[in-house]
Amino acid sequence: MNILDQFAKEKIYSLAAFSRAFEEEVFNQVKIGNIKIPVYLSAGQEYIAATLSVILEQMGVIKPQVFVQHRGHSTYLSFGGDMYQLILELLGDPAGCSNGMGGSASIQSKEANIYGHDGLMGTQGPIATGMCFANQRPTICFAGDAAAEEDYFLTSMGWAVTKKLPIWFVIEDNNLSILTEKKVRRSWEINKVAEGMGLSAYSISDDPNEIYSIVPEKFECVPHVLNIHTNRLFWHAGAGIDTSEIFDRHLEFGKTLNADFVNKTNSAARERVKLCWDQALKSCEK
Amino acid sequence: MLGSSSKELREVIKDITSQHLTVNGGIALGQCLTAVGWVGGTLPELYESDGMIELSMADVAGGGFAVGAALAGKRPMYVIRYQGFNWFNAPIIINYACKSKEIWKRPCPIFVRSIAMEGGIGPVAGSSHHSLYYRMPGIKIYSPMTPNEYRTTYSEFMADDDVYYVSEHRGAFPNRDELPDIGHESPDIVLFPISITRFAAQAAALELIEEGIKVAVYHVFRIKPFKPSSASLRALANAKIGGCVLDDDYVDGIAKSLAFDLIADTQAKMSVLGLADKSAGFAQKVDNLPPQKKQIIDHIKKCLDIA
Repeated sequence: MNILDQFAKEKIYSLAAFSRAFEEEVFNQVKIGNIKIPVYLSAGQEYIAATLSVILEQMGVIKPQVFVQHRGHSTYLSFGGDMYQLILELLGDPAGCSNGMGGSASIQSKEANIYGHDGLMGTQGPIATGMCFANQRPTICFAGDAAAEEDYFLTSMGWAVTKKLPIWFVIEDNNLSILTEKKVRRSWEINKVAEGMGLSAYSISDDPNEIYSIVPEKFECVPHVLNIHTNRLFWHAGAGIDTSEIFDRHLEFGKTLNADFVNKTNSAARERVKLCWDQALKSCEK
Repeated sequence: MLGSSSKELREVIKDITSQHLTVNGGIALGQCLTAVGWVGGTLPELYESDGMIELSMADVAGGGFAVGAALAGKRPMYVIRYQGFNWFNAPIIINYACKSKEIWKRPCPIFVRSIAMEGGIGPVAGSSHHSLYYRMPGIKIYSPMTPNEYRTTYSEFMADDDVYYVSEHRGAFPNRDELPDIGHESPDIVLFPISITRFAAQAAALELIEEGIKVAVYHVFRIKPFKPSSASLRALANAKIGGCVLDDDYVDGIAKSLAFDLIADTQAKMSVLGLADKSAGFAQKVDNLPPQKKQIIDHIKKCLDIA
């Protein structure tokens, strides 16, 4: 069984802290009215992208093709998307990462090989699969547990295993479609469907140690489905809190690390984010 | 583009596809491509190792696979064997590939080969459905019915980075001839036919001209963007009873949109002929077919108030 070393744990924590600080600042900017578009905050779900980013780097997979979903800020940041361009995008500036047209839901980064989402749930499944088929490059396709219910997402998994593609379908399973729970919507689990199709499939928590324990040593031509249970801290869209009774991986994982490191990392992340926001807001004022 | 080709349109499409896969590094994707018939004889006998990709029967996902292949730079030819299947195949092409260049500055060129036919094939598979795509931004729609038009379509696609919807018709596959406009400075009526209706419109016009009725025909090969020639607009502005757009799709689509554009340009009175606003059945008496020669002649004579 693979075990995360201390360096990797701290790196994962740092990435997650960065995403958390970013999302908290977006929450704040929505509240004070600087952001006027719908935002889909990923706070609570950061550990999936942060952990996979570190693991893939360790595996030597440099700049995989990453397909994000609408709740993709933490994926974008963890896989090397530029924070300044993301802020400009949220402010509707033409210099934003999607030219001021994508808003929160359709972000991309050409430099980081991150492909934007069109807003139709789950279309990233077939698009990622088609691109992976065409160029055979390592591909990571993120989706929510609701998007994964789309028929075309399921059939994409089927075609990926038929063609033996190097693609991972990562399901960020927060159990909710807006506020409708999974058990109301379906009686099946995606990993079971994937297993039936012949993919390597897992259903795990977003504990970095657990994610690390199941990933293969090499990124090979075997499609994987990682259904990773997680928790969304904020509203489906916008800046609000449905309930304070939500498990927070960031708090939990921080307890396994040195308290001084944790405090300094979170402070540095908040400072970095705040500075970048100040620069972006000034730029937009001009 | 006048004259006759030594090859049928189907052979020209086959040659172009072969060149796309074996010379230009492209791929072709679709369902049941390598089955008996090779899509009406329009595909070369090539296989996956050559870039001829058999997809699963998942239509919506298939469109998405084509989009992904386009993002990878493969300039896919995406073959949809019946245009009605676009109701499932179109969503990801229209909503991602067509918008990708504008939103993300990532061109996503796809050559959508969408093939029409009609007559006894029921409520979904029959006729053209290019109006489905027409209303969306970021797409070019051509309907080549002749060898030279198809060569032009492919050539323009390869020099471009937009999504092309190529509205084909099986009825044109045996065609070797070009379809020249029938011009007239002051006609009685001007026809603007699309797709397979071009053949019927041409035949109707020639018959009416023999009877002394002045009919001009300006073929619509490039549907979107629609840029009618100055000669066609001049003829329409001078026409005694205006013009008529003819289509192989329902009239509540491209036909009426183009008619509106022509009215705006010329103030001429326009009418449309196309599929009636009803479902097609399989049996002949309940089918829904595009305008035939007789129907076009009757329509023109009625407009001219000639018995």
